Amino acid sequence: MKPRLETAAMDALTVRLFDTIDEGNMAWIIPADTALRQAFGDALIDLIPSYTTLLVHYDCRQLGFAEATALARNALNDLQPADIQNGQLHEIPVWYDASVGPELAPVAKRAGISVEQLITRHCSHDYCVFALGFAPGYGFMGLVDEGLATPRLKTPRQRVAAGSVGIADRQTAIYPLLSPGGWNILGRTAVPLFEYAKRGEPLFRPGDKVRFKAISKAEFEAAGGDTTPLEERS
Amino acid sequence: MSTATLSVKQAGPLALIQDGGRFGVGHLGVTQSGAADWISFYWANWLLGNALDSTALEIVLGGNLTLEASHDVCLALAGADLDARINDHPLAPNTCFTLKAGQRLVFRQPRAGLRAYLAFPGGLKAPEVLGSHACTAREQLGGLHEDGKPLQTGDQLVWLSQKPQATRQLPEALAPAMPGQHCTLPLVLGSQAAHFAGRSLYQAFNQPWKVDQRADRMGVRLTGQALNSRLGGIISEGIPLGAVQIPPDGQPIVLMNDRQTIGGYPRIGAITRSACARLSQCLPGTEVWLQPVSATQAQVDYRKQLAVWR
Repeated sequence: MKPRLETAAMDALTVRLFDTIDEGNMAWIIPADTALRQAFGDALIDLIPSYTTLLVHYDCRQLGFAEATALARNALNDLQPADIQNGQLHEIPVWYDASVGPELAPVAKRAGISVEQLITRHCSHDYCVFALGFAPGYGFMGLVDEGLATPRLKTPRQRVAAGSVGIADRQTAIYPLLSPGGWNILGRTAVPLFEYAKRGEPLFRPGDKVRFKAISKAEFEAAGGDTTPLEERS
Repeated sequence: MSTATLSVKQAGPLALIQDGGRFGVGHLGVTQSGAADWISFYWANWLLGNALDSTALEIVLGGNLTLEASHDVCLALAGADLDARINDHPLAPNTCFTLKAGQRLVFRQPRAGLRAYLAFPGGLKAPEVLGSHACTAREQLGGLHEDGKPLQTGDQLVWLSQKPQATRQLPEALAPAMPGQHCTLPLVLGSQAAHFAGRSLYQAFNQPWKVDQRADRMGVRLTGQALNSRLGGIISEGIPLGAVQIPPDGQPIVLMNDRQTIGGYPRIGAITRSACARLSQCLPGTEVWLQPVSATQAQVDYRKQLAVWR
């Protein structure tokens, strides 16, 4: 493992560990995150891990550019992979229905399977949480079954409801709050991801696993789910 | 004695409660937020002897935002000249002033710059979310009602100290200059610059870029001769403040305080913190020039800027 250090901004470095997305990356990203947090201590302003990189935003009143680079290099010198089996497994109940998941039919059709088969296959994998970003509590997860991979909508929707579960290429995610978005929406969950994030305790963390479970409309409503249909087009 | 307040008699298009920003939560997907022109924001607080990142009001454009005082209060204004008036008497920025009970402070329209900062004795009182009072509409975080909304008609502003710690004068030579027709933005080249064709790199620094209408606290679009990266998209990664990303159409977007935390367009580098402050004051149509600077030099300049307030 030879991390590359790159200049990102006057007070930020990108630590690049990989060049491709892989579930195995998390075994290195997570210990790198821990090591960098320890090494920078009070001089760390923000540390943003992603699929293949970590962005280190440091306090340049405390550390110069050369010092920060040396600190990062030393911190990652003897990096050992972590056991990512330690990540938590979250089961997320989802109401898969055309009214709240308008792309169920087109995604199934594209894959050459029935909507029922699509739901079964979306629920049959434990997805790895690669990164949090885009919105508070939004987790980028994958990898989706290659046969289900679907490109983003040509025109993003202006309004995607909170709890919407979507896929884009080989990734899947849940929208924590009402936002614009271009992912293919398959269903909706009542799990309040935004509320967790707002308390600073996100439900998912990088390296965690997520398993979707299909539930009925009645179960979704009983869990406090909002059944307002998603607009078909933006 | 009842609590002194400023009541919002008329809300303008955009007035936001802001502080230095929301830090240490980027890994949760939460954006930095905070005052966009942090230099003017610091000056506003400095004028009253506040801690420099005390919570204040960021007033964008003005648009007849009208505030009425319940009691006499000493306030400070810095940044853009939004043609402010106290009961119809002009009020120039970069000064402390007393708003008397019953008087109305109105912000009309931009005469120079875009964002004015109004500071209060001890800082504004507002609910804290994830360690900050900064207001971010897109994330529904912060603000008086904890929903990320800008000031609304009927809102009441309350502050933390009865009297300011100081009432200072800002020497004219130090007053934050608002960008005119032209503006230079120092940029630290990032590693992905290597993926831009030599001609594109040349063009990045040798043409005037025009600030587009599509500009807000999330990002500012620049238009000019397109830049081409050999990278189409990249795997999404953390984005620093001021990052200049180049989407497929070749027109740069400078990512500002409310940017998404991670993103997948190639970047040529990032403009400096001071450049972000300046750009946030540029009206659409302003010509900006990017100018390469080393990270080390940018840090030296930044420390020099901070030393002004010591």
